[in-house]
Amino acid sequence: MKRRKFDVTQVPANVGKGLDDRYKAATPLRGLLNKVFPDHWSFLLGEIALFSFIILLLTGVFLTLFFDPSMKEVAYEGAYPGLRGVEMSAAYESSLHLSFEVRGGLFMRQMHHWAALLFMASIVVHMARIFFTGAFRKPREANWAIGVALFLLGFLAGFTGYSLPDDGLSGTGLRIASAIMLSIPVAGTWISASIFGGEFPGELIIGRFYIAHVLLIPGGLLALISVHLGLVFAQKHTQWPGPGRTNNNVVGERMFPRYALKQGGFFMAVFGVVAFMAGMFQINPIWLFGPYRASEVSSASQPDWYVMFMDGLVRLMPAWQITLPIGDGYSIPPLFWPAVVGLGALTTVPMAYPFMEARRLKDKRSHHLLQRPRDAPERTGLGAMAFTFFIVATLSGGNDVIADKFHISLNAMTWAGRIGLVILPPLAYFIAVRICLGLQQHDREVLAHGVETGIIKRLPDGRFVEVHQPLGPVDDHGHPIPLDYAGWVVPKKMNRVGALAPAVKGFFFPVEKPAEAPVSPAVPPVSAPEKREEITSGR
Amino acid sequence: MTVVQDNHGHGHGHETEPVDVQDPRLSRFEIIKEGARRDDIEIVTYESQFPTANSKAEKRVVRSIALLFLLSGAGALVFLIAYIWWPWEYELGHSINDYYTAVLGISLGISLLSLGFAILSWAKKLLPHEVSIQDRHNTPSSDDDRLITGQTMAYMVDELGVQRRPLLKGAIGLGLAPLGLVAAAPLIGGLIENPHKDAQPELFHTGFDPVANDGKLVRLTRADGTPIRPSDVSVGGQITVFPGIPHGATNEYADSPTLLIHLRDTDAAAARQATDTDKRNQGVMWGNYVAYSKICTHAGCPASLYEQQTNRLLCPCHQSQFLITDNARPIFGPASRRLPALPLSVDEEGFFVAGSDYRETVGPDFWERP
Repeated sequence: MKRRKFDVTQVPANVGKGLDDRYKAATPLRGLLNKVFPDHWSFLLGEIALFSFIILLLTGVFLTLFFDPSMKEVAYEGAYPGLRGVEMSAAYESSLHLSFEVRGGLFMRQMHHWAALLFMASIVVHMARIFFTGAFRKPREANWAIGVALFLLGFLAGFTGYSLPDDGLSGTGLRIASAIMLSIPVAGTWISASIFGGEFPGELIIGRFYIAHVLLIPGGLLALISVHLGLVFAQKHTQWPGPGRTNNNVVGERMFPRYALKQGGFFMAVFGVVAFMAGMFQINPIWLFGPYRASEVSSASQPDWYVMFMDGLVRLMPAWQITLPIGDGYSIPPLFWPAVVGLGALTTVPMAYPFMEARRLKDKRSHHLLQRPRDAPERTGLGAMAFTFFIVATLSGGNDVIADKFHISLNAMTWAGRIGLVILPPLAYFIAVRICLGLQQHDREVLAHGVETGIIKRLPDGRFVEVHQPLGPVDDHGHPIPLDYAGWVVPKKMNRVGALAPAVKGFFFPVEKPAEAPVSPAVPPVSAPEKREEITSGR
Repeated sequence: MTVVQDNHGHGHGHETEPVDVQDPRLSRFEIIKEGARRDDIEIVTYESQFPTANSKAEKRVVRSIALLFLLSGAGALVFLIAYIWWPWEYELGHSINDYYTAVLGISLGISLLSLGFAILSWAKKLLPHEVSIQDRHNTPSSDDDRLITGQTMAYMVDELGVQRRPLLKGAIGLGLAPLGLVAAAPLIGGLIENPHKDAQPELFHTGFDPVANDGKLVRLTRADGTPIRPSDVSVGGQITVFPGIPHGATNEYADSPTLLIHLRDTDAAAARQATDTDKRNQGVMWGNYVAYSKICTHAGCPASLYEQQTNRLLCPCHQSQFLITDNARPIFGPASRRLPALPLSVDEEGFFVAGSDYRETVGPDFWERP
């Protein structure tokens, strides 16, 4: 039999043919490879959350190989001399073992913790981007709600995660969690007893939190993230207004190769930053806290940053107890309001915001073009209000540390927080709205009169006037014809319209010549497609 | 020859005749462009960032990207070498071992960041600039499709005929509801704990309850279990005490930790007057000694920072403050309820004992607390 000649260059084509015969992949793959994504730095914030989540999965699996989610009391005999002979739970002992006696274990633990902090931080910043640019509007309301749910799930994942080592600090957090459950009217004691399997702390909670932290919550996160990304994909990404951009198109790059490559590079960069932080910055040094004892706590006991706003609200809550004079009397402790009602409201009311705004504006259209924050002053003001509230609450979560370090009375800090929580958000609303209106007006001014050139001209009659560079055509008298605002950046300096070459900065300098005058954000010039001739086979 | 008319905005590409991609005269890029067109994508700009192929500038970029890749490999090698050979076991005092984690972080960070920047600059500097415009296709389904799908679903419901067959409607409910409950039963039945099931519910009792100690009064002990004499606590001093029963100092009795305070004479007089005029706290003091639950009535943290000068007890978790000389009344912060007092007494051997269990409920507040 004659041996067939083997042609290496034909292998990819043959494999492709074989695959398509079986899976009919070419058609859908063409659409995928071709899909156009708009690009802007602010679209990358959500990516950081996604990449942190992947890092969390990778490092988390490593941690499970060494962690023992048991509350059995053991005496520590490990490598860390400070705790030798101390009675502690097996969970805490295995966390210490992981930190001191597993090669690279501490590095992995710190990477996991830093990635978790970054995950939550990027979710918050990403949410701010979505909110302030109106990206949540129809048809993306559901994806906004999923995003809010992801914050809540991330919050729970973080809380269950930092409770697992069962050290002094995390035990205190569990104690507070139990008190929060107890504060719920009618069912509180039942909920706490059910979750802890009896009275606090019992012997089950670490095991239960463990399965929640490694299976249930990540499963939920994974499912919601998949739907979140699937919807972004199916509904196509929003884009900023700009040349050639309409509500009906997507202007950007095709996904492959440039866009996807940039994503991959960005992932590696995020991974690198997390690795660097894990090596250089200590996080959650559990060996310093000792095992959890119900009688011991130290000052400056703070939760992770994304829980601090709740801790702050709990600290600021006045001691308002509601007692119902029925029978022996029933009580609703003050803890209930910030911790249960507060957290519940802060994580569910925002879900409905897209509908509330659409209703207020009687707006039923679909929006695929983003709005600059200045163009929606009320929304921007509301966002500023929410963030001010969050920041005051978060700072109050560390008010004892601030009081200590800056020699301020602790009680004064609490009162400042209480008053600030009421006064500052409306103030932030007012300031933000005023700034938005001012910016809007300035945009209109420049569009009407042109850019200030800084050139002062003396007229024959002795007056001085500043020369303005019109952005559009001029009328017979040489006055600029006012331009309409297009929802996008208005150049306000002469070097934005090409008066000066852009400065070359950083080691990422342009390779050939400086690009054309940067329009923020840099967009290559877009012109309407030309009429063109194409070759056909003549059939 | 066909003149292609394009008008983006209303579905460009639909009206045009497709290019025959089988034509051997087409370049690869023309085929790609045609593919994009079939996906309603207009490639508006696609130009190399370099005026000529293999220009000096391009070579420089290629060199720096190659350098970044090599740097990434070097970082990874340093990581591997450090991971395997760097002494890493924990040692007391300063040693080279302290830097193990830092070396891992720096080397891996450098490796990954270099790789990231290599890929990023490859994409951003070497690949051509591109602007493509894709039709968003954000019109909903056609009215026909909406109608067809809606009618199909309505038809399916009709075919099942639940509306026409009321017996089935009832039977489904009666048949499936119990089965659904079966699914929920193990979760609900197994998980739910009655907090009041014990004759002595733990919510209302602590380790100082004599009932749990065969009726004998419970001693106040240190964490190591040794009992305490009044002389062990100096004036103005305080000590955390636990019930002197097996496991009394462990988390099994998480509600029991108590703060025993030896007040100065003047403070003790004030405290005694306050307790004696109080209905529930009468006679809880023994001499100048008073004992209050250490478990904050707010969120259950140990309220453990005792300020001797002002006789305030501060909880470090949420800054509730309690005035010891006034029945441990909350005077600042979110706590709304005073700390329960432990009735003090001294047994025949001269050790502190609890005269009874706490008279008020210890720990964070809840709905049915009497």
